[in-house]
Amino acid sequence: MKNIINCLVENQPGVLARIVGLISGRGYNIETLNVGPTADPTVSKMTIVVPGDAHVIAQVTHQLSKQVDVIEVVNMTNRRHLNRELILVRVAVKDHHSRVEVVDLASLFMARVVAVQEDSVTIQMVGNQETVADFLRLLKPYDIIDISRSGVIAVGREVVEHEGAK
Amino acid sequence: MKSKKAKEEAMEAAQTMRSGAQCVIDGLVEAGCEVLFGYPGGAVLDIFNHLYDAPLHFVLTRHEQGAVHMADGYARATGRCGWCLATSGPGATNTVTGLATAYMDGIPLVCITGQVPLHLIGNDAFQEADVIGITRPVTKHNFLVRDADELPEIIAKAYYIATTGKPGPVVIDIPKNVQKQKTAKRAPKQVAMRAYHPDVTADPAEIEKLAELINRSARPLLYVGGGAINGDASEELTALARKANIPVTTTLMAMGVFPEDDPLSLRMLGMHGSVAANYAVDHCDLLISVGARFDDRVTGKISSFATRATIAHIDIDRSSIGKSVRADLGVHGYVKPVLAALLPLVQEAKHEEWLEQVNRWKDRFPFTYSQKGKEIMPQYVIEQIYEVSKGRAVIVTDVGQHQMWATQYYRYTKPRHFLSSGGLGTMGFGLPAAIGAQLGRPDELVVCITGDGGVQMNFQELVVAVERRLPVVVVIVNNGFLGMVRQWQELFYGHRYSGVMLGQEGRRPNEHVEMQANYLPDFVKLAEAHGACARRVTRPTEVAGALKEAFESRKTWVIECIVSPEANVFPMIPPGAHVAEMINRTV
Repeated sequence: MKNIINCLVENQPGVLARIVGLISGRGYNIETLNVGPTADPTVSKMTIVVPGDAHVIAQVTHQLSKQVDVIEVVNMTNRRHLNRELILVRVAVKDHHSRVEVVDLASLFMARVVAVQEDSVTIQMVGNQETVADFLRLLKPYDIIDISRSGVIAVGREVVEHEGAK
Repeated sequence: MKSKKAKEEAMEAAQTMRSGAQCVIDGLVEAGCEVLFGYPGGAVLDIFNHLYDAPLHFVLTRHEQGAVHMADGYARATGRCGWCLATSGPGATNTVTGLATAYMDGIPLVCITGQVPLHLIGNDAFQEADVIGITRPVTKHNFLVRDADELPEIIAKAYYIATTGKPGPVVIDIPKNVQKQKTAKRAPKQVAMRAYHPDVTADPAEIEKLAELINRSARPLLYVGGGAINGDASEELTALARKANIPVTTTLMAMGVFPEDDPLSLRMLGMHGSVAANYAVDHCDLLISVGARFDDRVTGKISSFATRATIAHIDIDRSSIGKSVRADLGVHGYVKPVLAALLPLVQEAKHEEWLEQVNRWKDRFPFTYSQKGKEIMPQYVIEQIYEVSKGRAVIVTDVGQHQMWATQYYRYTKPRHFLSSGGLGTMGFGLPAAIGAQLGRPDELVVCITGDGGVQMNFQELVVAVERRLPVVVVIVNNGFLGMVRQWQELFYGHRYSGVMLGQEGRRPNEHVEMQANYLPDFVKLAEAHGACARRVTRPTEVAGALKEAFESRKTWVIECIVSPEANVFPMIPPGAHVAEMINRTV
């Protein structure tokens, strides 16, 4: 199971390396990782997608919380939240027919065509984890030349008092 | 008026401008550092310049690894923070083993390293290493200081982080230009950190639940780890065990936290623990872990560990609870207050049937060995150390067979009397750690039990003991082998002794050397060259006399005991095995 973990950290040099090193050093995988500033310039937010069972996720959460630079850890998967990922994907199109198909598919997902070449189209798509996965699955029969993903970001849907593991 | 006051303040500030290096020394003194272990170099010249007239003892070690182990031994022996100092690049990389050792065992220490000037970082400058990157996985936290203004607070924070929560080593990496830079900043009176809150209070409901479990249990067992020593919980633990008649087994890290001569003591558990302790784990219906972390050397095969038991786990490290073994009840908090709160809730109990069973195991399976010919048995050496010291010594060990024998044939009755690298298993730890321990507890008899392998890894530090007239007694249990590895090769690799012979005789063709002497080095000569008293003992009858002479002399001694070369440590539960697979050959 994939878990989306939001992690508020001190906005300091080396914190990213510390978090990544911690997770890899203990043998866990990171599927995606996104880091950005928050409203408070001294705090950064990391969104980490980690596959693993409940035991693994509990360990990751506790190990993260233990870090001196980590202010708060929230497993978003356990609560009402919104998650989004932005992808840019370039698909080869041999002919008019396949181009129409790809553009058609994109429009079904409310994705935008952001660049068109003779032999390819580039699509920008934003969606939650499931939608992105569905879109990529349906694109599979076509020839995907390149793909860039922002990684998942997530935000809680309601204010929870004393949230987080810290 | 006001402007005059402001002017005065400004003038005072100008007068009290300090260099970063001065801030380091002041910070150490303010934090209560009495002894600093270290080694100089280009990137810490400014700090050494201020050390020149600092009100603390500086111990010049002969290797940076020795400095960290000494600070570590000092911390283990006293419960206070250890302090060490090394230069950039190779100086700092030499501290890594020592830091990892302290990290695994939760030992509070602060290690200050010099760094190349900020503008040269990343340039592959002379003696540059990415110390923050290198030490990150082996420290509780580390700091790169970018501005002298941050330095006073960082030193206070480092000390705070090292000594609170689950203790651990903290590195402060200070570029040379920051050491020279002036600042008016002072350390805050109180350290406040947004993201670090070690002031954990355990949930009273969890403590009540644990008390209920204990009161309902017919076969409870206390499994105690290093957290009970770090957390100074010996008294509370002993009171709890005696009130409810709960047998106690300890890990390597907790030897002596509960008196081993108490009828309730089952002594150490795990791979080389007592049969009684391991049987008790297997048969208990409630396992109460107190500041222990279910290391694989303790559990063996996880799926068959304590299968009949409800497992309760008290720990200050939340991530430790349920990490390797399921915890049916976790109590997150410091062990001392948790045990203190638990005590009145726990009813007096006899557990007669359970204790009878446990005592039968104890009687039936004591630690034993058989004498081989006229050789000195290594176990006998440990027994003699116990006898001659009357069990009052602070024992510091290296890693390997002698370390395990030191747990089996000596009885520890007080905390902080057995210091050993448990988690990392660092050979070369013993001698420098013993020196650190002796500096921290000058009136005690400190005995370093080591092997002929381990002692050679940091032998150079013997000079430090001799120079300072430290009465450390180093007992080398010399079997001519890297004994523990040899034991595994004997038991699990069909006697194929590969790379384990320190003697020159009988080596494999690809390790063969033309024989010069059967054994090198000559430890007696080597010790004497370092200025220590030394003696080689080859007969059992000489052991007690040699120890007595050394213990009474209050001088630095090295006693080399030539012991039976192929003695094994038993009992032994093979790695990843169940207690039923225990090997216990005493012949």
